[in-house]
Amino acid sequence: MSVNRLATGGLVDRQTPIGFSFDGRPLTGLAGDTLASALVANGIGLVGRSFKYHRPRGIVSAGPEEPNALVEKGRGAYREPNTRATTIELYPGLDVASQNRWPSLRFDVQAIGQLASPLLGAGFYYKTFMWPAALWERLYEPAIRHAAGLGRLSGAPDPDTYEKAYAFCDLLVIGAGPAGLAAALTAGRTGARVILLEQDFALGGRLLSDTVEIDGMPGPVWVREAEAELATFDNVRILTRTAAFGLYDGEIGAVERLTDHLAVTPAGMPRQRLWTLVAVQTVLAAGAIERPIVFGGNDRPGIMLAAAMRTYLQRFAALPGRRVAVFTATDDGWRTAEAFASAGVPVAAVIDARRDIAASVRALAGDVPVFLGARVLDAIGGQSLSAIEVIGDHGRRRIAVDGLAVSGGFNPDIAMTTHLGHKPRWSDASLAFVPDAMPANLAVAGAAAGRFTLAEALADGARLGAAAAGAAGKPVVAAPAWRASDETFAVGPLFHVEGGRGKAFVDLQNDVTDKDVAQSVREGFVSVEHLKRYTTLGMATDQGRTSSVNGLAILARLTGRTIPETGSTRARPPHGPVAIGAFAGLHTGTHFKPTRLTASHGWAKEQGAVFVETGQWLRAQWFPRAGERDWLESVTREVDAVRSGVGICDVSTLGKIALSGPDVGAFLDRVYCNTFSTLPVGKARYGLMLREDGFVMDDGTTARLGEDDYVLSTTTVNAGKVMQHLAFCHQVLWPDLDVQMVSVTEQWAQFAVAGPRSRALLQQLFGPAADLSDAAFPYLACGTFPLGATMARLFRISFSGERAYEIAVPAGYGDALIRALMVAGRDLGVTPYGTEALAVMRIEKGHVAGAELNGQTVARDLGLGRMMSRKKDYVGRLMAEREALNDPSRPTLVGLQPTVPGVRLRAGAHFLSLGAPATAASDEGYMTATAFSPALGHWIGLGLLARGPERIGEQIRAYDPIRGGDVVVEVVNPVFIDPEGTRVHG
Amino acid sequence: MRIPCPYCGPRDSSEFAYHGDAAPRRPADGDAAAMATYVYLRDNPAGPMEELWYHAYGCRSWLVVCRDTRDHTITGAKPVATHGATA
Amino acid sequence: MRYSLLSLVSHALGGNRDWKPAWRDATPQPSYDVIVIGGGGHGLSTAYYLARDYGIANVAVLERGWIGGGNVGRNTTIVRSNYLLPGNIPLYELSMQLWEGLEQDINYNAMVSQRGVLNLYHSDGQRDAYARRGNAMRLHGIDAELLDKEGVRRLYPFLNFDQARFPIQGGLLQRRGGTVRHDAVAWGYARAASDRGVDIVQNCAVTGFLREGGRITGVETNRGAIRAKKVAMAVAGSSSEVAAMAGLRLPIESHVLQAFVSEGLKPIIPGVITFGAGHFYISQSDKGGLVFGGDIDGYNSYAQRGNLPVVEDVCEGGMALMPAIGRARLLRSWGGVVDMSMDGSPIIDRTPMDGLYLNAGWCYGGFKATPGSGTVFAHLIARDEPHPAATALTLDRFAQGRVIDEKGQGAQPNLH
Repeated sequence: MSVNRLATGGLVDRQTPIGFSFDGRPLTGLAGDTLASALVANGIGLVGRSFKYHRPRGIVSAGPEEPNALVEKGRGAYREPNTRATTIELYPGLDVASQNRWPSLRFDVQAIGQLASPLLGAGFYYKTFMWPAALWERLYEPAIRHAAGLGRLSGAPDPDTYEKAYAFCDLLVIGAGPAGLAAALTAGRTGARVILLEQDFALGGRLLSDTVEIDGMPGPVWVREAEAELATFDNVRILTRTAAFGLYDGEIGAVERLTDHLAVTPAGMPRQRLWTLVAVQTVLAAGAIERPIVFGGNDRPGIMLAAAMRTYLQRFAALPGRRVAVFTATDDGWRTAEAFASAGVPVAAVIDARRDIAASVRALAGDVPVFLGARVLDAIGGQSLSAIEVIGDHGRRRIAVDGLAVSGGFNPDIAMTTHLGHKPRWSDASLAFVPDAMPANLAVAGAAAGRFTLAEALADGARLGAAAAGAAGKPVVAAPAWRASDETFAVGPLFHVEGGRGKAFVDLQNDVTDKDVAQSVREGFVSVEHLKRYTTLGMATDQGRTSSVNGLAILARLTGRTIPETGSTRARPPHGPVAIGAFAGLHTGTHFKPTRLTASHGWAKEQGAVFVETGQWLRAQWFPRAGERDWLESVTREVDAVRSGVGICDVSTLGKIALSGPDVGAFLDRVYCNTFSTLPVGKARYGLMLREDGFVMDDGTTARLGEDDYVLSTTTVNAGKVMQHLAFCHQVLWPDLDVQMVSVTEQWAQFAVAGPRSRALLQQLFGPAADLSDAAFPYLACGTFPLGATMARLFRISFSGERAYEIAVPAGYGDALIRALMVAGRDLGVTPYGTEALAVMRIEKGHVAGAELNGQTVARDLGLGRMMSRKKDYVGRLMAEREALNDPSRPTLVGLQPTVPGVRLRAGAHFLSLGAPATAASDEGYMTATAFSPALGHWIGLGLLARGPERIGEQIRAYDPIRGGDVVVEVVNPVFIDPEGTRVHG
Repeated sequence: MRIPCPYCGPRDSSEFAYHGDAAPRRPADGDAAAMATYVYLRDNPAGPMEELWYHAYGCRSWLVVCRDTRDHTITGAKPVATHGATA
Repeated sequence: MRYSLLSLVSHALGGNRDWKPAWRDATPQPSYDVIVIGGGGHGLSTAYYLARDYGIANVAVLERGWIGGGNVGRNTTIVRSNYLLPGNIPLYELSMQLWEGLEQDINYNAMVSQRGVLNLYHSDGQRDAYARRGNAMRLHGIDAELLDKEGVRRLYPFLNFDQARFPIQGGLLQRRGGTVRHDAVAWGYARAASDRGVDIVQNCAVTGFLREGGRITGVETNRGAIRAKKVAMAVAGSSSEVAAMAGLRLPIESHVLQAFVSEGLKPIIPGVITFGAGHFYISQSDKGGLVFGGDIDGYNSYAQRGNLPVVEDVCEGGMALMPAIGRARLLRSWGGVVDMSMDGSPIIDRTPMDGLYLNAGWCYGGFKATPGSGTVFAHLIARDEPHPAATALTLDRFAQGRVIDEKGQGAQPNLH
């Protein structure tokens, strides 16, 4: 048995010893232990080092509020820094190490910084390290960064997975102490849907630690019965190891730890689960957190919150000291004295700052020495506590101790009530902030409401549980009445003991002392927000749970204000730090965003295609063949094949919107700048869509398949945006138009069949029954043809400038169609081509695409000004007519080609007139897109050039200093190939 | 935030796309100054506001939602068609 | 009192009992030459440069709460001048240059740390867009480098190069970019302005404007009327509310932008990294916290707090970019109310009301612009003409169509 393990009692399993290690030292604990309780049982007091002065620190609390005992848990990529020893469940092989020390916990060289501490007061770094300026990044800052920080991340990818879950209920109960259990039981019995959250691995809260009774049963027994009853309800879900961390608008966030307590993670089990919970009513029953007292040397290992000491004694049967004194301003501290006496280790003294103590409280200490109206002035020791200096009626007295239980009061755990901006109220009776104005549908029970006794907790829980069940329409029940043992929670005002010699810490982890607060006040940082930011008080990993109220009290005294006049504690989520991985869930790595695949993806993969991300889609970029040296060779071959024969490209990713109704033509007239109401059945037309501010939004073709039946295409990236825009135009602007629309992007697989032999291929596919002659199916025709078991849509449109068609079938036939097209085209030398070849051909034809449709261009910039109808109103017309947008000096679309063949052009280069200096004032536009043109045998580009169309034939510089490029180019017509447009008929 | 979609029931706001203040009406009379005001100027009140949300990952309806910009309290949502938009 | 190592030592020897307030907590006088509404970074820097550059020290900065309580203390501390458009670049570069000499100028260590800002790209199109931007920067004389994938890997080997949905192809690096300790900027300017005679008046809320004819002649406050020859607004987040008191409507919506910090960690991220395939940016503070953020929540808000979906979205971006941070814990989040303008760029201009000057619409860019904004705004107020670095940031550019739209999103504030 470990040195400080009591022989009997507690909720640990003496039959199940568990081996673990701390700083490489093998130790043994028991099932049911936390790391902290196991360390206490093993007599280990020194657990960590503080942030700034690297002072030795021990365990302060027994819960998630722990500011000192932070460790690195696990090894390698599993290493988890800053993990609170008080929340780690012991498991076989648990491997933890202390942090923020070098070379060892006992001997930490940075602790010598304490000697310079008078220089390192609040905000010292704002006042120095300024000369010489160059040394800040090189010397001062690296030194500060090296000394700062707490634990270490491994630097390796997190090997665990996380997931997200959502749940809805009538009543959400946060905290399974007496109040929470009472609420869950009461509501659960009515059949209301209840979710009960408990951050600990065991239900019960203080009932596991305190010697209280309910209905004559010891706390743990009552908890066992409550848990057994709850387990019989299908309508109650209990989530242990689950901490609610945030109240958001209408939702509560919680994180469930699934494997952190397991020696071996079951395959496929996520480490943590992020819950989004939607409850009709929420009861916050999170209890209260004991408050330390600020006095000299109050950070010595061995000084612990009084209730935490009781938890170690009575829940974990671990002795946090062999000679302990109690320093209290509350009745509760006396219960710790009683607990030590019950364990057979009477305390050395009880020091209470108050004088009026109820006799029943006084009796808890038995016959140990009691000092009333007294204070602990200093705690003495090094890496462990050796004595305390008490000041009181008897003057000063030094008492040798190895432990000190401290109780300055209780802070109700009300953070969640303030997350939505509601302020708490200071209670002079409780000497604490208690909930005041409350968010809708949230109620607070028991200690969290400042109602600390067990009887109040049970009554609150029962009342609120019954109310929630009633609100959920369940039969109204009388709230159960549980009988609780008597107790008192009187508290006196004691936050700070002045006059000690040692440093008196307000924020233990961040090493903020009472002197730092005083100095900040001298420097004018008298607002609580300023104090917090200037000193970092309350910004440690405990989020101010152990420091904020004491800081506020000291600030209030120094500025002659009351605590409520000075400020309050408003918290922001998360309440308790949460792993970043948990917020991300499964949306990491290749699952960061959904991957959309086209119907021909499997076929393209078989062909060895190289894929590229286009928004969420994966598209074939090119199809390399054996022997090709690089992408350019493959792409050049694909372009040649299209321009001389026939190629096939999957264009399914373009957005497709089906429109129907008698007013579609009128509607399209209002959303496109050109006219669609004249579009005959069986025809397609290119359209340009503007935003209301006059800039170009998107382009695409619309085909009229039947009298009231249209299909409109968008660019791939704008599919969702255009759908939303069209819905807006219809529903918000013109609901009187009789139009229906739906996105069918996913419903159709669509392929471009392009090149002079494209008709031959399609004729082969459709057979002789389909008349694809130019007379029957001319350029810009559209129609529907039977194809196998389905009907195919055919559009004669061209992006490449060649004779071309697009063929669409229901997506389920897409794979069959691509294979059928390849078979039909085998004798024609059909060649699949990807997005690169597509891009080359559009640049050769001067068609605009994403690089030019960048939201910063108007139709005129793109040479499409003539598309803007003057005969109708449409979205964007008035704003596009503004003078500044029709200024000829706006950069306008041109073609560019190098004056020296063989020179490569690059998009992103800026245009300068020859001879002009390379300065911003000379900037005349930029290259939007470039490609190697197989037909021309050299690089070509598109660009936006000031007064571009006037400058055809001029030579200018394409200046690209960021890649070391500086090329002379000639301004040319942006249509490089077939400017007359005859080949679409060829 | 949970938006009470009149067609789908209460749904998380992440299913919706936000457009902004529902008050501005698109001018129909071809006045460029009025159009610039419609496109660019907003009251941007701190308090209750009727605003346009689009149930993009739901019924694809545009809704008028009444929401307080100071505390995000939502007091109702109705179909935009009852909003009386101008042509 | 000058701050230095020597002053630290001498105060330490005196038990640190002699420190004086960093700035005077002034009570408002009946009138001033200039009233600056808003004791945030921009208001305080404006007051400082009015005093330093134009000798106008009869200035009051009126703050309704405590100075520095707004966005100057609610951002992710990044400074950079890697902008694309000529309307924006000069201002942000002016700002960058002022950051570089700030501490010596104002005798306050704001920890300006030029650790580099890297914007990642994940496609050829993004690369070309960054080349366009980097070249624009170079034409303005600003440092910019385009890194390929290996160049990025050398700087940040722990990024996700191999298992990514959108693989990193490279990045645009501005080495002069970095971070600045945000609160210290407000305090440092307050102290420097106060030393030059500026009155910093806290807990003084403007409730209306004094007018004579069409001219603004002062303000009404909860501490009485205060007259001034000129009144300047620097109240980003509340611009529309304050402008409404003068009868103005602005091309601005107020939105909440959340920011996040992790628990303290030993140094792991040397510079600032911006993900290009989601909206996520991260750096590590000198205290060790990972400081990160992403998109605005996307709906009008004055609440200074956001919601869970954006927290998740930001962390998804973070994990996609650097899966090593999964076991670091998010410690705190906060929300700032930002002025989202209709083109994503700020407004620094006179208003249609004589005597009233506007500095607003900062979107995500306010903090990094603090020194430059103060400089050009002071110039505008003192000279009644725009500073050469801010000629394009006019209020009438919207009606005229001279918008400065870096992202090409149009008049939809939540998309900028």
